[in-house]
Amino acid sequence: MNIIIIGNGITGITCARNIRKKNSDATITVISEESKHFYSRTALMYIYMGHMKYENTKPYEDWFWSKNRINLIQATVNHLNTEDKSIQLDDERILNYDKLVLATGSISNKFGFPGEDLNGVQALYNLQDLQKMEKNTSNISSAVIVGGGLIGVEMAEMLHSRNISVTMLIRENAYWANALPQEEAQLIGNHLQKHGIKLKFNTELKEIRTIDQLSVHSIVTQQDETIYCQFLGITTGVKPNINFLKNSGIDIEKGIVVNEFLETNIPDIFAAGDCAQFRFIKTGEAPIEQLWYTGKMQGETLANTICGNKTTYDRGIWFNSAKFFDLEFQTYGKVLPEITHEQESFYWEHENGKISFRANYNRSDRSIIGFNFIGIRFRQVIAEHWIREQKQIEYVIDNLKQGWFDPEFSDSHYKKIAKSFNDNLIN
Amino acid sequence: MQDHSLSLAKPSEGLLSQKIGASLIAAAILCAIIAAFGQGETQSVLFFGLIIVFSVAGGMIFSIPYFKEIPGIKNNGIMHSPATNRGGIAWGIGILMTGFYIILYWFPNYLEGLIRAMDPLSIILRNKASDQWFLYGTLYTLAVIIMGIRFIGKYRSNRYQVLRTLSVMFFQLGFAFLIPAFLLKLNQPEFYFSYFWPLKYSYLFPNDIDYLIQSGNIGVFMVFWGLVMTFIATPILTYNYGKRWYCSWVCGCGALAETLGDPYRQNSNKSLQAWKVERWMVHSVLVFVVLTTALLWLNSWKNGTILGDASGLFSQCYGFLIGSVFSGVIGTGFYPIMGSRIWCRFGCPMAAILGLFQRFKSKFRITTNGGQCISCGNCSTYCEMGIDVRAYAQKGENIIRASCVGCGICSAVCPRGVLNLENLAEEGRFESYKRQ
Ligand SMILES: Cc1cc2nc3c(=O)[nH]c(=O)nc-3n(C[C@H](O)[C@H](O)[C@H](O)COP(=O)(O)OP(=O)(O)OC[C@H]3O[C@@H](n4cnc5c(N)ncnc54)[C@H](O)[C@@H]3O)c2cc1C
Ligand code: SF4
Ligand code: SF4
Repeated sequence: MNIIIIGNGITGITCARNIRKKNSDATITVISEESKHFYSRTALMYIYMGHMKYENTKPYEDWFWSKNRINLIQATVNHLNTEDKSIQLDDERILNYDKLVLATGSISNKFGFPGEDLNGVQALYNLQDLQKMEKNTSNISSAVIVGGGLIGVEMAEMLHSRNISVTMLIRENAYWANALPQEEAQLIGNHLQKHGIKLKFNTELKEIRTIDQLSVHSIVTQQDETIYCQFLGITTGVKPNINFLKNSGIDIEKGIVVNEFLETNIPDIFAAGDCAQFRFIKTGEAPIEQLWYTGKMQGETLANTICGNKTTYDRGIWFNSAKFFDLEFQTYGKVLPEITHEQESFYWEHENGKISFRANYNRSDRSIIGFNFIGIRFRQVIAEHWIREQKQIEYVIDNLKQGWFDPEFSDSHYKKIAKSFNDNLIN
Repeated sequence: MQDHSLSLAKPSEGLLSQKIGASLIAAAILCAIIAAFGQGETQSVLFFGLIIVFSVAGGMIFSIPYFKEIPGIKNNGIMHSPATNRGGIAWGIGILMTGFYIILYWFPNYLEGLIRAMDPLSIILRNKASDQWFLYGTLYTLAVIIMGIRFIGKYRSNRYQVLRTLSVMFFQLGFAFLIPAFLLKLNQPEFYFSYFWPLKYSYLFPNDIDYLIQSGNIGVFMVFWGLVMTFIATPILTYNYGKRWYCSWVCGCGALAETLGDPYRQNSNKSLQAWKVERWMVHSVLVFVVLTTALLWLNSWKNGTILGDASGLFSQCYGFLIGSVFSGVIGTGFYPIMGSRIWCRFGCPMAAILGLFQRFKSKFRITTNGGQCISCGNCSTYCEMGIDVRAYAQKGENIIRASCVGCGICSAVCPRGVLNLENLAEEGRFESYKRQ
């Protein structure tokens, strides 16, 4: 069996490794344009900040690939021919496959603003962007970032580490307010401001200005405020990277449309990770999942299917994590920015304004729905178990210690949380 | 219109205190050199004072920016700086430290002036003139304290880091410096209560034991202490807490590695090849010291009739190769190039024994939190023992490795809160996370 995987991100590589684990005969080839070896995209910021070198972000040593007989080709796939089951590379080479995995990831959103292509204006998704950013930010002192999401805050931290002053334009009325409840959004916003990041809420970009027609000079917001900057980071989300598939006959909407087995409309062609879009979803789930974790799980599921053990992709109980400067964030279960009528929410915040806890639960049977932790580490197995078993909020609060994952000698905030919860009940 | 002052004020503020701090430390080194050339002999109090005041003040001022930052561990620029990324400065420091060890061990007469400059302190503490080892002990303790303060500043958001650093500073100053000195003052044997066989290999050599026993009750207690620590306390503590109770909380070698060596921890080699070399080397040293000790006892039991001088030669070899060259010259001199725990990782027989316990019979492990790892690599990069922590974490496996000294830095730098050092039940410690 000759398997070709396009994309050496977490999805493609997880799939390749797991196929090799189950099948020692298959020929496995991974083709990717960005880099020869798999590296961790989530670590891009740390390369820029000098915490790590590119080498440190590679999860496997270079000998790993030949030892496991996974062929690596660094090239761009330009064309897919589903009739004779072949792909064409940018060096004109044509390769045949028995099974093809599309794991091409994302590209950054662009909105066609005039000035988007000026020097100093850019997004951040891949190594090439990082190099560009290195060039764009040498010897500058001020930057603007559009978009208050996860990559935006990472970019802010990156620039901040080089002592570049940062202003963030955020469309909502608080940081990442389309994902976080007000309290958490505010807490994180305050923390960013303490680090000297200027946040402009309810603000959108109207215009990018230049004087020399070469590089960005300033921007204008929709409130007609002018902000001078030598760098403009655009971090308004990503979308599936599927341009080369346009006329291939593969069913495409926003992403590559797949069923629950990650199969496309064409036999023997599969898609997974950031580039895939599920045809049918359960309520509350997103059709396109653009996360490291989901890429990994999809890659693993798909390896099963390709090796003959047809497996349904199951997202399991939602979880995610992030870090906002010094604040770690973990979430388990679905915590919405605003609770529904059937739900109740308990929120606790430490006096220092850096630590918080939230538990959402169903009003009727008091069963737990999900958690948000800031500045607290919590065990995923315990959180998942409680959510799956629909434990009652009282039980959860009384047993928080079981899931506590903070380093030894840290404060036992769970005691304060329990006290605050019980005081609330009495009042 | 734009407020640039904010961004510009911060670095210059940081830089200023770092400049002053570094200048003062340079001045201390200069004073040490002048002292070594002879001035230390004639004006010992002056030079002693200058060296101590300049280095302590310099170290403190250098550390100020760490304490001023909003708490949170920041490794910004480590891979860019030639001082920490095996650049020119790192090589310079490496050569300087290596050279200093060589002179200290084998050509101490070049340091005579500097040794004399330590006389004022030596006389107060020990009632006896300074020698090369007192000079070494003083500088060593100074380095642990000064760089320990810097460490606490950098890692102060994490209480485990703060406490264990205070602990190694305490043991270095008290148990490895002051107490042995006072013992001398009281005409008792100079004994280090924080070092045990096989790290302090001679503590179970027949000669040392004879000597201690002959020096009276305190000596007998010391022999007893050494035996209890090696054969009873060590297994029990390691079973319950892992080798970290010693390597990251008590040991003086660990103390220097964690404080003076902290800026270089990322330079340890993480490859599988290095791990193989490590296992061979560290266990060979263990075999070497066990053999040496056994031979010495055999020889002393038979009154030297079977082996003659051979066992003495063996122990001299061990002392030279392992005690001096490995643990001193290479173990510390190469910090800037090979990372801070070269000795602990490749050479220390104590670490080897503790490691065997930790791997096969201990409650200690680093737990991985489910599927939260994003494979970023911060943990592996900053593991001073060269453990590829990420390789375990991304599979949802716990980290149970003989070499792990439990410094907790992998857990501290993980941006997703994935790792935690824990002492839990032995059962199930190798189980990994499976999604349901
Ligand atoms: C800065 C940043 C930080 C992030 N942090 C987090 C985080 O903390 N947690 C989290 O869950 N997620 C995070 N993400 C998102 C996460 O990284 C992605 O969801 C994940 O990497 C997607 O993996 P993938 O394998 O599907 O695609 P990708 O990693 O994008 O890999 C796809 C690869 O395919 C190659 N490719 C595409 N088209 C072709 C072609 N035609 N020919 C050849 N090669 C091609 C690309 O060059 C690319 O290397 C972050 C993303 C970014 C950009
Ligand atoms: S630092 Fe944390 S998230 Fe990064 S690789 Fe290590 S365990 Fe995973
Ligand atoms: S694995 Fe973690 S705790 Fe153990 S030595 Fe390495 S960094 Fe320290």
